[in-house]
Amino acid sequence: MLTFEYFLQQLVTGLANGMLITLVAIGYTLVYGIVEMINFAHGDVFMLGAFSSVTTLQALGAQAVKRVANKDQPPIPETYLWLVVALITSMVFCATLNVLIERLAYRRLRRGSRMAPLISAIGVSFILQNVGIYWKGVSPINFPRYIPQIDLVKAFGIDSFVRVTTKDVFVFVVTVPLVIALTLFIQRTKLGKAMRATAQDRDAAQLMGIDINRTIALTFLLGGALAGAAGLVSGLYNNTAGFQMGFSYGLNSFTAAVLGGIGNLNGAMLGGVFIGILGAMSDGYLDARWTPVVIFGTLNLVLIIRPSGILGQDLAERA
Amino acid sequence: MQTDIRMTPGRRSYVEEPADPQQTRNRILQATAFAFVVAYPFLDLLFGWQALLAFIPMMLMITLALGLNIVVGYAGLLDLGYAAFYAIGAYAAAFFTSPNSPLASVLPGSPFAWMQDFWVSMVMAVLVAGCAGAILGAPTLRLRGDYLALVTLGFGEIVPRLVKNLEPWTKGVKGMSPIGRPYLFGCQFGVDPCEILGMKLKLGMIPYYYLTLIVGAISIFAIIRLRNSRLGRAWAAIRDDETAAQGMGINPVTTKLWAFSLGASFSGATGAIFGAYLQTISPDQFEYSTSVIVLCMVILGGTGNIWGVMLGGLLIQSFDRIFAERLTGWVHKAGALTGDPTITAAFNSFDLLKSRLLVFGLCLVLIMNLRPQGILPNRKRRETALTDLPEDDVAPDEAVMIAGATVPTEKPR
Repeated sequence: MLTFEYFLQQLVTGLANGMLITLVAIGYTLVYGIVEMINFAHGDVFMLGAFSSVTTLQALGAQAVKRVANKDQPPIPETYLWLVVALITSMVFCATLNVLIERLAYRRLRRGSRMAPLISAIGVSFILQNVGIYWKGVSPINFPRYIPQIDLVKAFGIDSFVRVTTKDVFVFVVTVPLVIALTLFIQRTKLGKAMRATAQDRDAAQLMGIDINRTIALTFLLGGALAGAAGLVSGLYNNTAGFQMGFSYGLNSFTAAVLGGIGNLNGAMLGGVFIGILGAMSDGYLDARWTPVVIFGTLNLVLIIRPSGILGQDLAERA
Repeated sequence: MQTDIRMTPGRRSYVEEPADPQQTRNRILQATAFAFVVAYPFLDLLFGWQALLAFIPMMLMITLALGLNIVVGYAGLLDLGYAAFYAIGAYAAAFFTSPNSPLASVLPGSPFAWMQDFWVSMVMAVLVAGCAGAILGAPTLRLRGDYLALVTLGFGEIVPRLVKNLEPWTKGVKGMSPIGRPYLFGCQFGVDPCEILGMKLKLGMIPYYYLTLIVGAISIFAIIRLRNSRLGRAWAAIRDDETAAQGMGINPVTTKLWAFSLGASFSGATGAIFGAYLQTISPDQFEYSTSVIVLCMVILGGTGNIWGVMLGGLLIQSFDRIFAERLTGWVHKAGALTGDPTITAAFNSFDLLKSRLLVFGLCLVLIMNLRPQGILPNRKRRETALTDLPEDDVAPDEAVMIAGATVPTEKPR
């Protein structure tokens, strides 16, 4: 019974991590769907999102950080307002950053080969990492403990080894509405329709009067905003952030996007949750140091065996 | 697609071409560079530049870039995990020669004891790395370019982590040390004093310098021959137009596989020498950033052009190993000269070594956007995988007009 509970525990952690990975993976998949390019710098945009939200939170209430540091203490009401402010700042910051990157580093290369924007993106990723080093230093920084860690299973009076804390719930409360909002945006609005049209056939969409440059910029904006949200939530969930987290999170998310079928929104969600659970299981049953090997091994296997991913066959409805 | 009859210049032309002044100038330039490189250790001693120790890894990295150039420049395949092959070469050599390797308890006394010799281990490193290239390439080379880049990236991440995790064999993060040294005339490289023909000499690291130089020169010669060979022309054909090449009877998968495997084998030799030179190897020397730096060297100088790659390598490596440090020192000294404590402090906070990533990143972005063909472009390579010029200059309005449609367009931007 205990082993089953251990499994459940890993499942909970994996689901929460998977939702975070999903948010970042959507950024990869949207961009790939529309310009067929791997935006290598996306993970680092996410990292800067985490950094920016730490800065905002500290600016808003350096004192309050100390008061909520004790996890048994109930949170103060203002913190929720600060969290919303930090979430919005981080999303706006990352969205702007992503649009700027597209304008400066990728747009000129759009018509060339596939490799040129990929190499440019690697360059941008290095630049952003260095910005991260200048901003917060080389060593990982502590994230303020705003979210209390109250075990809900115990709170409901069930005595179990499994812990579902308010932190896990927090991840879902933020990520699920965002994903739903994005799906609705792409499926119901006119701009979303323009995105889908551009993804299907850029030239034809242009002939229909769609402003391609603006649509692509919008795609980067949405991806960046989600990465910014993921930056804040992952910081609050893991209570740590460092300049290298963009690379590892980015690769996990990319693996998730490819696994689900790159360019496919549902695929990114499926892949994100799968990779999150896979990572948690590998952490729990193998060893944390083997997890990257497992994830990258999965990436390579998927690419070799089924490059189109699980849901990749309906390429017509990409975005 | 332009047609160039002189696919293999020089070697087999039936018509005697008049001497090209440009070519003569290039020859003179090459001869001067060659003489300088050969005489360098003595010049270094004479003028006290103290850069010999920076030059050896520099030349190794340039050789590495030449190997990557086969994959990226000639065959047009983006490899983001080249450092993995470098690691495989270095660890293969270390496995055979290091007293700390698991083989050290098996080999001595067995019929395979000769494998502990450095020169043998270097050849083994070349073979092992080449085989690793073929093993990774065989299932993956059918993939499209950007997916292949990711597979290589994944491979490049897995190899150092495996080395870290498989502690009983690889000694994990601590790394393998010591590693067998190369020797000649009964004299071990880097061990002083060294006795040759009864003379006691203090050579320092000079033998390593010439070893890297010779390996580099052999690599250049081999790569030029490869480029002009049937295989080299097949690479160019595949890179320029895979479908057309396939139509002409070239098998794209085997051709790419050769590029992958040969490219990897160069890094094997380099890895073996690198390990012997440093006498210790650890997994963090072979991480993703190493792959990107080597890629940066290839792209900066001119993808597909040997001299361009060497120039790019020289620029990046001399920045990385010599100038970043010295420039930082000069700026600190300049700050101290002003005498003003705030200015001194501001100047002291300048540290170019901290900005290495920034410099490499900027280099990649700027080259791709401003001069995708690199500093010294490859003449024969106008329209290729990596150096396509952007043709996005047509404004959307114009495009619509060209197409003859009357659909009103939104104003761009």
